[in-house]
Amino acid sequence: MLGEWIAARGGLLLLGSALFVFLTLPLAMLFVRSFEDRGGAFVGLANFARYVQTPALAQSTWNTLTFATLTTAVVVPMAFLFAYAIQRTCIPAKGAWRSIALLPILAPSLLAAISFIYLFGNQGVLKALLPVFGLEAIYGLPGMVLAMAFATFPHAVMILLASLSLADARLYEAADAMGASALRRFMTVTLPSAKYGLVSAAMVAFTMAVSEFGVPKVIGGNYPVLAIDVYKQVIGQQNFQMGAVVGLVLLAPAVVAFVIDALVQRRQKALLTARSVPYAPKRAVLRDALFLAYVVAISAYMLGVILMAAYGSFVKFWPYNLSFTLDHYRYGFEEAGVEHAYRNSLVMAGLCAVIGAAITFAGAYWVEKTRGADWLRPAIRLQAMLPMAVPGMVLGIGYILFFNEPSNPLTVLYGTMAILVASTIVHFYSSSHLTAVTALKQLDGEFESVSASLKVPFYKTFTRVTVPVCLPTVIDIARYYFVNAMTTISAVVFLYSPKTTLAAISILHMDEAGAIGAAAAMATLIVATSAVVTVVSLGVEHLILKRTQAWRRTSVAN
Amino acid sequence: MKPAHGIAWLASVAALALAAAGPAAAQKTQLTVYTALETDQLKAYQEGFNKAHPDIEITWVRDSTGIITAKILAEKAAPKADVIMGVAATSMAIFATEGMLMPYAPAGLARVAAQYRDAANPPAWVGMDVWGATICFNTVEAAKRNIPKPETWRDLTKPAYKGQIVMPHPASSGTGFFDVSAWLQLWGEADGWKFMDGLHENIAQYMHSGSRPCAAAAAGEYALGISFEYRANREKARGAPIDLVFPKEGLGWDLEAIGIVKTTTKADAAKKLLDWSISDAAMALYAKNFAIVAVPGLSEKLPNVPADYGSRLVKNDFAWAAKNRDRILAEWSKRYESKAAPK
Repeated sequence: MLGEWIAARGGLLLLGSALFVFLTLPLAMLFVRSFEDRGGAFVGLANFARYVQTPALAQSTWNTLTFATLTTAVVVPMAFLFAYAIQRTCIPAKGAWRSIALLPILAPSLLAAISFIYLFGNQGVLKALLPVFGLEAIYGLPGMVLAMAFATFPHAVMILLASLSLADARLYEAADAMGASALRRFMTVTLPSAKYGLVSAAMVAFTMAVSEFGVPKVIGGNYPVLAIDVYKQVIGQQNFQMGAVVGLVLLAPAVVAFVIDALVQRRQKALLTARSVPYAPKRAVLRDALFLAYVVAISAYMLGVILMAAYGSFVKFWPYNLSFTLDHYRYGFEEAGVEHAYRNSLVMAGLCAVIGAAITFAGAYWVEKTRGADWLRPAIRLQAMLPMAVPGMVLGIGYILFFNEPSNPLTVLYGTMAILVASTIVHFYSSSHLTAVTALKQLDGEFESVSASLKVPFYKTFTRVTVPVCLPTVIDIARYYFVNAMTTISAVVFLYSPKTTLAAISILHMDEAGAIGAAAAMATLIVATSAVVTVVSLGVEHLILKRTQAWRRTSVAN
Repeated sequence: MKPAHGIAWLASVAALALAAAGPAAAQKTQLTVYTALETDQLKAYQEGFNKAHPDIEITWVRDSTGIITAKILAEKAAPKADVIMGVAATSMAIFATEGMLMPYAPAGLARVAAQYRDAANPPAWVGMDVWGATICFNTVEAAKRNIPKPETWRDLTKPAYKGQIVMPHPASSGTGFFDVSAWLQLWGEADGWKFMDGLHENIAQYMHSGSRPCAAAAAGEYALGISFEYRANREKARGAPIDLVFPKEGLGWDLEAIGIVKTTTKADAAKKLLDWSISDAAMALYAKNFAIVAVPGLSEKLPNVPADYGSRLVKNDFAWAAKNRDRILAEWSKRYESKAAPK
């Protein structure tokens, strides 16, 4: 039993210290460095004072807030209508629309930016549409908002789909009985029940836009934002102290969004009670037709953006010679060293998937299902949720400051694949952790009680009962890590070395060198890879569900 | 598989991998080379060098001139590079002043023209080739928009070019910096900045590499891109409808130069790379990309580059440029960076 005692506490301690070293300490270094000069002497608020006095930097703060607010204002209504169409109307082929809406998750955000240059750039195929919206050029704020709305759309849709999935039919009946108009019913019944989802979706879109680096880099023109400033300070000028300051400024809006979201969610009450009657949409010909048209338009738009980049990658010389070529792929692989970067990305994403899923799931199990060392649990839970509020760029600088500090014995990790894997797992930890916790909470605590009374150590229960039962969730988490590791650049852009450069970063480099065709080719390759991995893993999940999870089907039938 | 077996299996795989990698890695000297050379040039140079020295493996750390320069300066206390290759002489002069370079006279140094290497003896750095300003002028877009072909730098400040010009950001790009530095040396500080004020009115974007403005002009995104001759020729060869324009007042330029980092523990291998870098074989490779190489007589005529290209280059004082680089960039940033509104 001693072994079990140690295993229970040891697991917690291990997880707690891993999060502490790979998340909390790097972030703490950010605070320390922002108060120091280049020599490492304490200078109080001098760096912050200089930041405020640099007009270009102060301008970026406003630009960033404008960019994030506009993106949120565009994407939330767009996603809400889409989710509403799926959950509250009777349009056909809902599964297909839903899958298409989630496609942008597979693409690096740079793909959207590149695609919008092909679509609306000065030689864009749809350039004629720009003046209709009163725009002169796509570069700068308009292009950034469009590309970012595309990249955040699936995240907002997922949240809103969930929040619109349940409703109490009695409220709608009451509204109808009282003769409320459709608009009034929408304003007084539908919207209030979805407001928590709306706040969450808005905060997620806002946070993603605040910390986005690739989109402004590619299509931002002369519209500086904080994420670009951080990069310029740290990489361009190697001014780590100023980088730390801008990083903290970047952290502020993200943390505010996170806190608002957390406060609002806390007030959420159960919408459904035992007496509720689930709402099922009834057919309404005109409404369904309108929503179908909207959903088809949005789906065409999502597909169109991805296909435009794919098309650009096969065109010989945009826009003058549109004949088919594989030159951009050949150039990327043979001359620009992308083959190496692509292989690194596969290795990195594979490692993140396997190690990330193992740590996240085991970690969630240790936190939720084991006993003892209760003082550690709140600290671990807090650290598990923290990454959600930390922009990738900020995490990346924290890592440079912490792991490149000569007195730190962990400097051996600097410039290795390990640090890329660690930063990526930490960056995407929160959502994965929540997914694992949700799945574990669905399992009856009796399993642990029964094994305890049978004197079976908890880790046997874990490997023999919990993991097999939750295997679909574990695969979900692994896929989430894989797909995000393929597309992420924000943290790793500070951490890669010549030997560990990644595919998504090579897009950035090729775009910078003006090889936009090759950049589009690499982006297309990433989407294709992630799509294959997604389809294969969904297939595996399907097989598992069919073979070993028959018990789930009966519960669905109830 | 039981966990114990799994670990033993992993350990044996790791041992095998180490055994396989060990001797191969031990035989080759690893040389870390910081560079701002174009990605599409690196491969040929590396293969050329490895033909002569297969026992030395180069790990390139590549970034734009501004970033590589900042990185090298930031690492001054504990440099990670062994050699700096293909970085602007202006930056090399800064490293030399900071005492970061190991003076070395590579074999055959006397062949290198005196103005293309550090004046000290032995020199802290040696030039490889000259790269200079070139405007990529998109004839198709210009015809569509009725934009005349410019002859001079001053032409670019005319209203006809409003929103049609892109140029490299001088803090990021070596090409961008020598443009600014040439205008200041050509016309003096007051007139130089006045010219740039006018040019700024017509600039659509400041881009972060010397290549991208030409690529943007080649793709018709903008009618004119201020760039350099290598990228301009590459884009034209790929089928871009561009003409190369060499403004009459004179062309900004810099040297791609090479030098050894003082702290290197691999001085022998580093010296071999320097010896090779000014050899005839290396010059032949540079001559495919640039009109002027550091050893006179080994240059070859490039398509689209005029025969009198050398005499069109401005007088460039590297020592002055190096000494004033920070000040020039700060002034530039103050004037043009804070006007952040997108055009």
